[in-house]
Amino acid sequence: MNLAAAPHGFLSPTGVEIAFLLVGLVTFGAALVTVTTRQLVHAALWLVVALGGLAVEYLLLTAEFIAWVQVLVYVGAVVVLLLFGLMLTKAPIGRSPDADSGNRWVALTVAAAAAGALVWVVVDAFRTTWIDLDGPPAGTTRVTGESLFRNWVLPFEALSVLLLAALVGAIVLSRKAKADTAGAPGAKEGAR
Amino acid sequence: MNDVLDVALRLLAVFVVFLTFPLIVGQTEHKVMAHMQGRLGPMYAGGFHGWAQLIADGVKFAQKEDVVPADADRRVFQLAPAVALLPYLLVLLVIPIGPGEGAVGQVLDAGVFFVLAVMGVGVLGSLMAGWASANKYSLLGGLRTAAQLLAYELPMLLAAASVAMAAGTVSLPGILHAFHWWWLPWQIVGAVVFFVAGLAELQRPPFDMPVADSEIIFGAYTEYTGLRFALFLLAEYAGIVVLCGLTTVLFLGGWHGPWGADGLGWLWTLLKTAVLAFVVIWLRVTYPRLREDQLQKLSWTLLVPLSLAQIALTGIVKVVIS
Repeated sequence: MNLAAAPHGFLSPTGVEIAFLLVGLVTFGAALVTVTTRQLVHAALWLVVALGGLAVEYLLLTAEFIAWVQVLVYVGAVVVLLLFGLMLTKAPIGRSPDADSGNRWVALTVAAAAAGALVWVVVDAFRTTWIDLDGPPAGTTRVTGESLFRNWVLPFEALSVLLLAALVGAIVLSRKAKADTAGAPGAKEGAR
Repeated sequence: MNDVLDVALRLLAVFVVFLTFPLIVGQTEHKVMAHMQGRLGPMYAGGFHGWAQLIADGVKFAQKEDVVPADADRRVFQLAPAVALLPYLLVLLVIPIGPGEGAVGQVLDAGVFFVLAVMGVGVLGSLMAGWASANKYSLLGGLRTAAQLLAYELPMLLAAASVAMAAGTVSLPGILHAFHWWWLPWQIVGAVVFFVAGLAELQRPPFDMPVADSEIIFGAYTEYTGLRFALFLLAEYAGIVVLCGLTTVLFLGGWHGPWGADGLGWLWTLLKTAVLAFVVIWLRVTYPRLREDQLQKLSWTLLVPLSLAQIALTGIVKVVIS
Protein backbone atom coordinates (compact mmCIF):
# COMPACT_ATOMS: atom_id res chain seq x y z
CA MET A 1 0.00 0.00 0.00
CA ASN A 2 1.28 3.46 -0.74
CA LEU A 3 -0.26 6.77 0.06
CA ALA A 4 -1.83 8.69 -2.80
CA ALA A 5 -0.18 6.77 -5.58
CA ALA A 6 -0.23 7.81 -9.19
CA PRO A 7 -3.33 9.70 -10.29
CA HIS A 8 -6.12 7.22 -10.52
CA GLY A 9 -9.02 7.68 -12.88
CA PHE A 10 -12.40 6.15 -12.29
CA LEU A 11 -13.17 6.26 -15.99
CA SER A 12 -10.45 3.83 -17.04
CA PRO A 13 -10.99 0.78 -14.83
CA THR A 14 -8.56 -2.10 -14.96
CA GLY A 15 -9.57 -5.74 -15.32
CA VAL A 16 -9.28 -6.36 -11.60
CA GLU A 17 -11.55 -3.43 -10.84
CA ILE A 18 -14.18 -4.66 -13.24
CA ALA A 19 -13.98 -8.14 -11.73
CA PHE A 20 -14.25 -6.61 -8.26
CA LEU A 21 -17.39 -4.76 -9.24
CA LEU A 22 -19.01 -7.80 -10.88
CA VAL A 23 -18.26 -10.10 -7.95
CA GLY A 24 -19.57 -7.39 -5.66
CA LEU A 25 -22.85 -7.31 -7.57
CA VAL A 26 -23.17 -11.09 -7.37
CA THR A 27 -22.43 -11.00 -3.65
CA PHE A 28 -24.98 -8.28 -3.08
CA GLY A 29 -27.59 -10.15 -5.09
CA ALA A 30 -26.95 -13.37 -3.19
CA ALA A 31 -27.24 -11.50 0.10
CA LEU A 32 -30.56 -10.00 -0.99
CA VAL A 33 -31.93 -13.42 -1.97
CA THR A 34 -30.71 -14.80 1.37
CA VAL A 35 -32.92 -12.45 3.35
CA THR A 36 -35.91 -12.46 1.00
CA THR A 37 -36.35 -16.10 -0.02
CA ARG A 38 -39.06 -18.11 1.70
CA GLN A 39 -37.10 -21.37 1.44
CA LEU A 40 -35.03 -21.75 4.58
CA VAL A 41 -32.30 -24.04 3.33
CA HIS A 42 -32.01 -22.06 0.10
CA ALA A 43 -31.37 -18.99 2.24
CA ALA A 44 -28.49 -20.79 3.92
CA LEU A 45 -27.08 -21.88 0.55
CA TRP A 46 -27.35 -18.36 -0.88
CA LEU A 47 -25.50 -17.23 2.22
CA VAL A 48 -22.68 -19.55 1.09
CA VAL A 49 -22.61 -17.71 -2.25
CA ALA A 50 -22.56 -14.33 -0.52
CA LEU A 51 -19.78 -15.30 1.90
CA GLY A 52 -17.79 -16.97 -0.88
CA GLY A 53 -18.18 -13.84 -2.99
CA LEU A 54 -16.74 -11.82 -0.12
CA ALA A 55 -13.76 -14.19 -0.03
CA VAL A 56 -13.21 -13.58 -3.74
CA GLU A 57 -13.31 -9.84 -3.10
CA TYR A 58 -10.60 -10.22 -0.46
CA LEU A 59 -8.55 -12.23 -2.96
CA LEU A 60 -8.92 -9.50 -5.57
CA LEU A 61 -7.66 -7.01 -2.99
CA THR A 62 -4.60 -9.30 -2.52
CA ALA A 63 -5.62 -10.20 1.05
CA GLU A 64 -5.01 -13.91 0.48
CA PHE A 65 -4.85 -14.98 4.11
CA ILE A 66 -8.06 -13.22 5.10
CA ALA A 67 -9.81 -14.73 2.08
CA TRP A 68 -9.04 -18.33 3.05
CA VAL A 69 -9.85 -17.71 6.69
CA GLN A 70 -13.17 -16.30 5.51
CA VAL A 71 -13.89 -19.53 3.62
CA LEU A 72 -12.65 -21.71 6.48
CA VAL A 73 -14.65 -20.03 9.23
CA TYR A 74 -17.81 -18.84 7.51
CA VAL A 75 -18.43 -21.35 4.71
CA GLY A 76 -16.82 -24.33 6.42
CA ALA A 77 -18.05 -23.87 9.96
CA VAL A 78 -20.77 -21.24 10.39
CA VAL A 79 -22.88 -22.35 7.43
CA VAL A 80 -22.48 -26.01 8.36
CA LEU A 81 -23.72 -25.14 11.84
CA LEU A 82 -26.65 -23.25 10.30
CA LEU A 83 -27.55 -26.19 8.06
CA PHE A 84 -27.23 -28.55 11.03
CA GLY A 85 -29.72 -26.43 12.94
CA LEU A 86 -32.08 -26.25 9.96
CA MET A 87 -31.98 -30.02 9.55
CA LEU A 88 -32.72 -30.51 13.24
CA THR A 89 -35.87 -28.43 12.78
CA LYS A 90 -36.76 -30.50 9.68
CA ALA A 91 -36.78 -27.47 7.39
CA PRO A 92 -39.32 -28.39 4.70
CA ILE A 93 -38.57 -28.58 1.00
CA GLY A 94 -40.35 -25.71 -0.72
CA ARG A 95 -41.69 -22.49 0.73
CA SER A 96 -42.25 -21.98 4.43
CA PRO A 97 -45.28 -19.65 4.68
CA ASP A 98 -44.21 -18.41 8.11
CA ALA A 99 -40.66 -17.55 7.05
CA ASP A 100 -41.39 -13.87 7.27
CA SER A 101 -41.29 -11.26 9.98
CA GLY A 102 -43.36 -8.20 10.80
CA ASN A 103 -40.14 -6.49 11.77
CA ARG A 104 -38.87 -6.41 8.22
CA TRP A 105 -38.94 -2.60 7.96
CA VAL A 106 -37.13 -2.24 11.27
CA ALA A 107 -34.59 -4.82 10.07
CA LEU A 108 -34.15 -2.94 6.80
CA THR A 109 -33.59 0.32 8.69
CA VAL A 110 -31.01 -1.27 10.97
CA ALA A 111 -29.25 -2.93 8.03
CA ALA A 112 -29.17 0.31 6.04
CA ALA A 113 -27.90 2.25 9.03
CA ALA A 114 -25.19 -0.32 9.75
CA ALA A 115 -24.12 -0.43 6.10
CA GLY A 116 -24.08 3.37 5.93
CA ALA A 117 -21.98 3.68 9.06
CA LEU A 118 -19.50 1.03 7.88
CA VAL A 119 -19.14 2.48 4.40
CA TRP A 120 -18.68 5.96 5.84
CA VAL A 121 -16.01 4.85 8.34
CA VAL A 122 -14.10 2.81 5.77
CA VAL A 123 -14.23 5.50 3.09
CA ASP A 124 -13.19 8.14 5.61
CA ALA A 125 -10.30 6.06 6.96
CA PHE A 126 -8.84 4.85 3.66
CA ARG A 127 -9.70 7.78 1.43
CA THR A 128 -6.13 8.36 0.33
CA THR A 129 -4.83 4.79 0.50
CA TRP A 130 -4.45 2.78 -2.66
CA ILE A 131 -3.51 -0.86 -2.95
CA ASP A 132 -0.98 -1.56 -5.65
CA LEU A 133 -2.64 -4.54 -7.31
CA ASP A 134 0.24 -5.22 -9.68
CA GLY A 135 3.05 -5.22 -7.11
CA PRO A 136 3.83 -7.89 -4.51
CA PRO A 137 0.72 -8.96 -2.57
CA ALA A 138 0.09 -6.63 0.34
CA GLY A 139 -2.04 -9.05 2.35
CA THR A 140 0.17 -12.12 2.70
CA THR A 141 0.11 -14.21 5.85
CA ARG A 142 3.36 -12.62 7.00
CA VAL A 143 2.10 -9.05 6.61
CA THR A 144 -1.22 -9.85 8.24
CA GLY A 145 0.46 -11.64 11.14
CA GLU A 146 2.97 -8.87 11.75
CA SER A 147 0.38 -6.11 11.76
CA LEU A 148 -1.93 -8.21 13.96
CA PHE A 149 0.66 -9.04 16.60
CA ARG A 150 2.60 -5.76 16.52
CA ASN A 151 -0.04 -3.06 16.11
CA TRP A 152 -3.26 -4.74 17.10
CA VAL A 153 -2.29 -7.08 19.94
CA LEU A 154 -4.59 -5.50 22.51
CA PRO A 155 -7.81 -5.77 20.46
CA PHE A 156 -6.78 -9.29 19.50
CA GLU A 157 -6.34 -10.36 23.11
CA ALA A 158 -9.52 -8.58 24.19
CA LEU A 159 -11.46 -10.48 21.52
CA SER A 160 -9.90 -13.75 22.68
CA VAL A 161 -11.06 -13.11 26.23
CA LEU A 162 -14.53 -12.22 24.94
CA LEU A 163 -14.72 -15.49 23.00
CA LEU A 164 -13.49 -17.44 26.03
CA ALA A 165 -16.20 -15.82 28.14
CA ALA A 166 -18.81 -16.77 25.53
CA LEU A 167 -17.51 -20.34 25.52
CA VAL A 168 -17.68 -20.63 29.30
CA GLY A 169 -21.13 -19.06 29.25
CA ALA A 170 -22.35 -21.59 26.70
CA ILE A 171 -21.09 -24.47 28.82
CA VAL A 172 -22.72 -23.06 31.96
CA LEU A 173 -26.07 -22.56 30.17
CA SER A 174 -26.10 -26.03 28.64
CA ARG A 175 -25.24 -27.70 31.96
CA LYS A 176 -27.98 -25.78 33.72
CA ALA A 177 -30.57 -26.81 31.12
CA LYS A 178 -29.49 -30.44 31.51
CA ALA A 179 -29.84 -30.31 35.31
CA ASP A 180 -33.37 -28.88 34.93
CA THR A 181 -34.60 -31.60 32.59
CA ALA A 182 -33.05 -34.30 34.76
CA GLY A 183 -34.92 -32.98 37.78
CA ALA A 184 -38.33 -32.89 36.08
CA PRO A 185 -40.42 -36.03 36.60
CA GLY A 186 -40.67 -38.26 33.55
CA ALA A 187 -38.17 -36.17 31.63
CA LYS A 188 -36.82 -38.07 28.66
CA GLU A 189 -33.20 -38.96 28.66
CA GLY A 190 -30.98 -38.33 25.71
CA ALA A 191 -31.13 -34.55 25.45
CA ARG A 192 -27.67 -33.62 24.40
CA MET B 1 2.02 -17.27 -24.82
CA ASN B 2 4.46 -19.43 -22.91
CA ASP B 3 2.76 -18.50 -19.64
CA VAL B 4 -0.61 -19.57 -20.97
CA LEU B 5 0.87 -22.87 -22.15
CA ASP B 6 2.53 -23.38 -18.78
CA VAL B 7 -0.71 -22.81 -16.87
CA ALA B 8 -2.64 -25.04 -19.27
CA LEU B 9 -0.13 -27.86 -18.89
CA ARG B 10 -0.21 -27.63 -15.10
CA LEU B 11 -4.00 -27.66 -15.03
CA LEU B 12 -4.03 -30.62 -17.40
CA ALA B 13 -1.54 -32.55 -15.26
CA VAL B 14 -3.54 -31.91 -12.08
CA PHE B 15 -6.74 -32.92 -13.87
CA VAL B 16 -5.20 -36.17 -15.07
CA VAL B 17 -4.01 -36.94 -11.53
CA PHE B 18 -7.49 -36.10 -10.27
CA LEU B 19 -9.06 -38.55 -12.73
CA THR B 20 -6.62 -41.44 -12.38
CA PHE B 21 -5.36 -41.57 -8.78
CA PRO B 22 -8.77 -41.99 -7.14
CA LEU B 23 -9.51 -44.83 -9.56
CA ILE B 24 -6.21 -46.50 -8.75
CA VAL B 25 -7.03 -46.23 -5.04
CA GLY B 26 -10.47 -47.67 -5.75
CA GLN B 27 -9.10 -50.64 -7.65
CA THR B 28 -6.48 -51.20 -4.94
CA GLU B 29 -9.28 -51.20 -2.40
CA HIS B 30 -11.13 -53.91 -4.35
CA LYS B 31 -8.07 -56.13 -4.39
CA VAL B 32 -6.63 -55.40 -0.93
CA MET B 33 -9.98 -55.88 0.79
CA ALA B 34 -10.54 -59.09 -1.11
CA HIS B 35 -7.21 -60.57 -0.16
CA MET B 36 -7.49 -59.48 3.47
CA GLN B 37 -10.84 -61.23 3.63
CA GLY B 38 -9.50 -64.40 2.00
CA ARG B 39 -11.28 -64.06 -1.35
CA LEU B 40 -10.17 -63.05 -4.82
CA GLY B 41 -12.22 -60.01 -5.74
CA PRO B 42 -12.98 -59.22 -9.39
CA MET B 43 -10.68 -61.43 -11.48
CA TYR B 44 -11.96 -61.67 -15.07
CA ALA B 45 -12.54 -58.20 -16.55
CA GLY B 46 -9.50 -57.20 -18.59
CA GLY B 47 -7.59 -60.40 -17.97
CA PHE B 48 -4.85 -59.52 -15.47
CA HIS B 49 -6.38 -59.68 -11.97
CA GLY B 50 -9.54 -57.98 -13.16
CA TRP B 51 -7.92 -54.58 -13.73
CA ALA B 52 -10.72 -53.45 -16.06
CA GLN B 53 -13.44 -54.00 -13.47
CA LEU B 54 -13.38 -50.32 -12.59
CA ILE B 55 -13.97 -49.34 -16.20
CA ALA B 56 -16.86 -51.79 -16.32
CA ASP B 57 -18.25 -50.20 -13.16
CA GLY B 58 -17.89 -46.78 -14.72
CA VAL B 59 -19.78 -47.87 -17.84
CA LYS B 60 -22.48 -49.37 -15.61
CA PHE B 61 -22.89 -46.11 -13.70
CA ALA B 62 -23.05 -44.10 -16.92
CA GLN B 63 -25.78 -46.34 -18.34
CA LYS B 64 -28.09 -46.09 -15.35
CA GLU B 65 -31.04 -43.76 -15.39
CA ASP B 66 -30.54 -40.52 -13.50
CA VAL B 67 -33.47 -40.51 -11.09
CA VAL B 68 -34.52 -37.46 -9.09
CA PRO B 69 -37.15 -38.23 -6.43
CA ALA B 70 -40.50 -36.53 -7.03
CA ASP B 71 -40.52 -34.60 -3.75
CA ALA B 72 -36.87 -33.64 -3.91
CA ASP B 73 -35.56 -30.12 -4.30
CA ARG B 74 -34.39 -30.69 -7.86
CA ARG B 75 -31.72 -28.06 -8.27
CA VAL B 76 -30.04 -28.58 -4.91
CA PHE B 77 -30.25 -32.35 -5.40
CA GLN B 78 -28.54 -32.14 -8.78
CA LEU B 79 -25.92 -29.63 -7.69
CA ALA B 80 -24.81 -31.55 -4.60
CA PRO B 81 -22.39 -34.06 -6.27
CA ALA B 82 -20.47 -31.23 -7.96
CA VAL B 83 -20.16 -29.35 -4.66
CA ALA B 84 -18.86 -32.53 -3.05
CA LEU B 85 -16.31 -33.31 -5.76
CA LEU B 86 -14.84 -30.01 -7.00
CA PRO B 87 -13.12 -28.90 -3.76
CA TYR B 88 -10.81 -31.92 -3.94
CA LEU B 89 -9.77 -30.95 -7.45
CA LEU B 90 -8.88 -27.47 -6.18
CA VAL B 91 -6.90 -28.91 -3.26
CA LEU B 92 -4.88 -31.17 -5.56
CA LEU B 93 -3.76 -28.03 -7.36
CA VAL B 94 -1.58 -26.85 -4.47
CA ILE B 95 -0.09 -30.10 -3.14
CA PRO B 96 3.61 -30.17 -4.07
CA ILE B 97 5.03 -33.55 -5.06
CA GLY B 98 8.63 -32.45 -5.65
CA PRO B 99 11.03 -29.67 -4.67
CA GLY B 100 11.07 -27.91 -8.05
CA GLU B 101 8.90 -25.16 -9.46
CA GLY B 102 7.34 -27.59 -11.90
CA ALA B 103 6.22 -30.12 -9.29
CA VAL B 104 3.26 -28.20 -7.92
CA GLY B 105 0.19 -26.92 -9.70
CA GLN B 106 0.20 -23.51 -8.06
CA VAL B 107 2.24 -22.20 -5.14
CA LEU B 108 -0.01 -20.46 -2.64
CA ASP B 109 1.23 -18.29 0.17
CA ALA B 110 -1.48 -19.48 2.57
CA GLY B 111 -1.49 -23.08 1.31
CA VAL B 112 -2.43 -24.80 4.58
CA PHE B 113 -5.38 -22.49 5.09
CA PHE B 114 -6.43 -22.96 1.49
CA VAL B 115 -6.52 -26.75 1.64
CA LEU B 116 -8.33 -26.91 4.97
CA ALA B 117 -10.84 -24.24 3.96
CA VAL B 118 -11.63 -25.81 0.62
CA MET B 119 -11.84 -29.35 2.02
CA GLY B 120 -14.43 -28.07 4.50
CA VAL B 121 -16.56 -26.82 1.62
CA GLY B 122 -16.85 -30.34 0.20
CA VAL B 123 -18.97 -31.43 3.13
CA LEU B 124 -21.63 -28.94 2.04
CA GLY B 125 -22.29 -31.33 -0.84
CA SER B 126 -23.27 -34.12 1.55
CA LEU B 127 -25.46 -31.76 3.56
CA MET B 128 -27.20 -30.52 0.42
CA ALA B 129 -27.74 -34.09 -0.74
CA GLY B 130 -29.07 -35.14 2.66
CA TRP B 131 -31.59 -32.34 2.86
CA ALA B 132 -32.70 -32.17 -0.76
CA SER B 133 -33.44 -35.89 -1.15
CA ALA B 134 -36.75 -35.68 0.77
CA ASN B 135 -35.88 -38.93 2.52
CA LYS B 136 -35.62 -39.40 6.26
CA TYR B 137 -32.57 -41.64 5.99
CA SER B 138 -30.85 -39.05 3.84
CA LEU B 139 -31.72 -36.35 6.36
CA LEU B 140 -30.32 -38.44 9.21
CA GLY B 141 -27.18 -39.04 7.18
CA GLY B 142 -26.82 -35.32 6.54
CA LEU B 143 -27.25 -34.57 10.24
CA ARG B 144 -24.59 -37.08 11.18
CA THR B 145 -22.27 -35.69 8.52
CA ALA B 146 -22.64 -32.19 9.93
CA ALA B 147 -22.12 -33.31 13.52
CA GLN B 148 -19.04 -35.27 12.49
CA LEU B 149 -17.56 -32.36 10.56
CA LEU B 150 -18.11 -29.95 13.46
CA ALA B 151 -16.38 -32.36 15.82
CA TYR B 152 -13.37 -33.24 13.68
CA GLU B 153 -12.61 -29.96 11.92
CA LEU B 154 -11.12 -28.52 15.11
CA PRO B 155 -8.45 -31.18 15.87
CA MET B 156 -7.51 -31.27 12.18
CA LEU B 157 -6.94 -27.52 12.12
CA LEU B 158 -5.01 -27.57 15.37
CA ALA B 159 -2.74 -30.38 14.17
CA ALA B 160 -2.04 -28.50 10.93
CA ALA B 161 -1.40 -25.32 12.92
CA SER B 162 1.25 -27.18 14.91
CA VAL B 163 3.23 -27.95 11.75
CA ALA B 164 2.82 -24.40 10.52
CA MET B 165 4.22 -23.19 13.84
CA ALA B 166 7.17 -25.54 13.56
CA ALA B 167 7.99 -24.42 10.02
CA GLY B 168 7.21 -20.75 10.56
CA THR B 169 5.20 -20.63 7.35
CA VAL B 170 1.79 -21.71 6.07
CA SER B 171 2.93 -22.36 2.52
CA LEU B 172 3.04 -26.08 1.69
CA PRO B 173 6.37 -26.03 -0.22
CA GLY B 174 7.71 -23.70 2.48
CA ILE B 175 6.87 -26.25 5.17
CA LEU B 176 8.69 -28.95 3.21
CA HIS B 177 11.74 -26.76 2.67
CA ALA B 178 11.94 -26.28 6.44
CA PHE B 179 11.52 -30.00 7.16
CA HIS B 180 14.15 -32.02 9.07
CA TRP B 181 13.97 -35.71 9.83
CA TRP B 182 13.58 -35.13 13.57
CA TRP B 183 10.26 -33.41 12.92
CA LEU B 184 8.87 -36.92 12.50
CA PRO B 185 9.05 -37.90 16.20
CA TRP B 186 8.40 -34.27 17.20
CA GLN B 187 5.11 -33.99 15.28
CA ILE B 188 4.01 -37.63 15.43
CA VAL B 189 1.03 -36.95 17.72
CA GLY B 190 -0.15 -34.19 15.43
CA ALA B 191 0.27 -36.50 12.44
CA VAL B 192 -1.94 -39.20 13.98
CA VAL B 193 -4.56 -36.65 15.02
CA PHE B 194 -4.57 -35.09 11.55
CA PHE B 195 -4.88 -38.45 9.80
CA VAL B 196 -7.64 -39.75 12.07
CA ALA B 197 -9.59 -36.49 11.89
CA GLY B 198 -9.18 -36.51 8.12
CA LEU B 199 -10.55 -40.05 7.93
CA ALA B 200 -13.53 -38.94 9.98
CA GLU B 201 -14.08 -35.97 7.69
CA LEU B 202 -14.08 -38.29 4.68
CA GLN B 203 -16.52 -40.60 6.49
CA ARG B 204 -14.28 -43.57 5.90
CA PRO B 205 -14.63 -46.62 8.13
CA PRO B 206 -14.38 -46.81 11.13
CA PHE B 207 -15.95 -43.33 11.01
CA ASP B 208 -18.68 -44.15 8.49
CA MET B 209 -21.62 -43.57 10.82
CA PRO B 210 -23.17 -41.02 8.35
CA VAL B 211 -23.48 -43.75 5.68
CA ALA B 212 -24.02 -46.73 8.01
CA ASP B 213 -25.75 -49.16 5.67
CA SER B 214 -27.28 -51.28 8.42
CA GLU B 215 -29.08 -48.28 9.92
CA ILE B 216 -29.72 -45.57 7.36
CA ILE B 217 -29.11 -47.39 4.03
CA PHE B 218 -26.49 -45.04 2.53
CA GLY B 219 -27.05 -41.83 4.44
CA ALA B 220 -27.17 -38.69 2.38
CA TYR B 221 -26.53 -40.59 -0.87
CA THR B 222 -29.45 -43.03 -0.53
CA GLU B 223 -31.53 -41.50 -3.31
CA TYR B 224 -28.72 -41.07 -5.82
CA THR B 225 -28.25 -43.27 -8.87
CA GLY B 226 -26.07 -43.46 -11.93
CA LEU B 227 -23.43 -40.85 -12.61
CA ARG B 228 -24.31 -38.58 -9.71
CA PHE B 229 -23.82 -41.47 -7.30
CA ALA B 230 -20.53 -42.29 -9.02
CA LEU B 231 -19.45 -38.67 -8.51
CA PHE B 232 -20.02 -39.03 -4.76
CA LEU B 233 -17.95 -42.22 -4.76
CA LEU B 234 -15.25 -40.47 -6.77
CA ALA B 235 -15.28 -37.64 -4.22
CA GLU B 236 -14.63 -40.17 -1.46
CA TYR B 237 -11.61 -41.65 -3.25
CA ALA B 238 -10.32 -38.25 -4.33
CA GLY B 239 -10.63 -37.34 -0.66
CA ILE B 240 -8.42 -40.29 0.26
CA VAL B 241 -5.78 -39.17 -2.23
CA VAL B 242 -5.92 -35.60 -0.94
CA LEU B 243 -5.82 -36.60 2.72
CA CYS B 244 -2.88 -38.99 2.23
CA GLY B 245 -1.05 -36.42 0.11
CA LEU B 246 -1.59 -33.73 2.72
CA THR B 247 -0.46 -35.95 5.60
CA THR B 248 2.63 -36.80 3.57
CA VAL B 249 3.42 -33.16 2.86
CA LEU B 250 2.65 -31.81 6.33
CA PHE B 251 4.01 -34.54 8.56
CA LEU B 252 6.04 -37.15 6.68
CA GLY B 253 8.43 -34.86 4.86
CA GLY B 254 6.98 -35.10 1.36
CA TRP B 255 9.83 -35.32 -1.14
CA HIS B 256 12.51 -35.84 1.54
CA GLY B 257 13.93 -39.34 1.80
CA PRO B 258 17.15 -41.16 2.68
CA TRP B 259 18.41 -40.49 -0.87
CA GLY B 260 17.46 -38.84 -4.11
CA ALA B 261 15.57 -35.80 -2.77
CA ASP B 262 16.61 -33.79 -5.84
CA GLY B 263 15.81 -36.05 -8.73
CA LEU B 264 13.47 -38.61 -7.26
CA GLY B 265 11.63 -36.46 -4.72
CA TRP B 266 8.29 -36.96 -6.47
CA LEU B 267 8.74 -40.71 -6.09
CA TRP B 268 9.06 -40.37 -2.33
CA THR B 269 5.89 -38.28 -2.19
CA LEU B 270 3.97 -40.81 -4.25
CA LEU B 271 5.34 -43.74 -2.26
CA LYS B 272 4.39 -42.24 1.10
CA THR B 273 0.96 -41.28 -0.23
CA ALA B 274 0.42 -44.81 -1.52
CA VAL B 275 1.41 -46.37 1.80
CA LEU B 276 -1.01 -44.07 3.63
CA ALA B 277 -3.77 -44.93 1.16
CA PHE B 278 -3.09 -48.60 1.88
CA VAL B 279 -3.45 -47.87 5.61
CA VAL B 280 -6.81 -46.19 4.92
CA ILE B 281 -8.02 -49.35 3.16
CA TRP B 282 -6.51 -51.54 5.87
CA LEU B 283 -8.40 -49.65 8.58
CA ARG B 284 -11.64 -50.16 6.67
CA VAL B 285 -11.21 -53.93 6.73
CA THR B 286 -9.93 -54.04 10.31
CA TYR B 287 -12.11 -51.92 12.55
CA PRO B 288 -15.85 -52.06 13.27
CA ARG B 289 -17.88 -48.89 12.91
CA LEU B 290 -17.81 -46.43 15.80
CA ARG B 291 -21.18 -45.54 17.30
CA GLU B 292 -22.29 -41.89 17.08
CA ASP B 293 -21.57 -41.09 20.73
CA GLN B 294 -18.22 -42.89 20.55
CA LEU B 295 -17.40 -40.79 17.50
CA GLN B 296 -18.10 -37.53 19.29
CA LYS B 297 -16.33 -38.69 22.42
CA LEU B 298 -13.18 -39.67 20.51
CA SER B 299 -12.93 -36.23 18.99
CA TRP B 300 -13.76 -34.00 21.93
CA THR B 301 -12.11 -35.95 24.74
CA LEU B 302 -9.11 -37.41 22.95
CA LEU B 303 -8.16 -35.73 19.68
CA VAL B 304 -8.73 -32.11 20.73
CA PRO B 305 -6.67 -32.39 23.94
CA LEU B 306 -3.96 -34.33 22.09
CA SER B 307 -3.70 -31.69 19.38
CA LEU B 308 -3.57 -28.92 21.99
CA ALA B 309 -0.78 -30.80 23.76
CA GLN B 310 1.02 -31.11 20.42
CA ILE B 311 0.76 -27.35 19.89
CA ALA B 312 2.17 -26.74 23.37
CA LEU B 313 5.04 -29.15 22.69
CA THR B 314 5.73 -27.50 19.34
CA GLY B 315 5.79 -24.09 20.98
CA ILE B 316 8.15 -25.18 23.75
CA VAL B 317 10.61 -26.89 21.39
CA LYS B 318 10.43 -23.97 18.99
CA VAL B 319 11.29 -21.49 21.74
CA VAL B 320 14.10 -23.68 23.08
CA ILE B 321 15.85 -24.18 19.74
CA SER B 322 15.54 -20.62 18.49
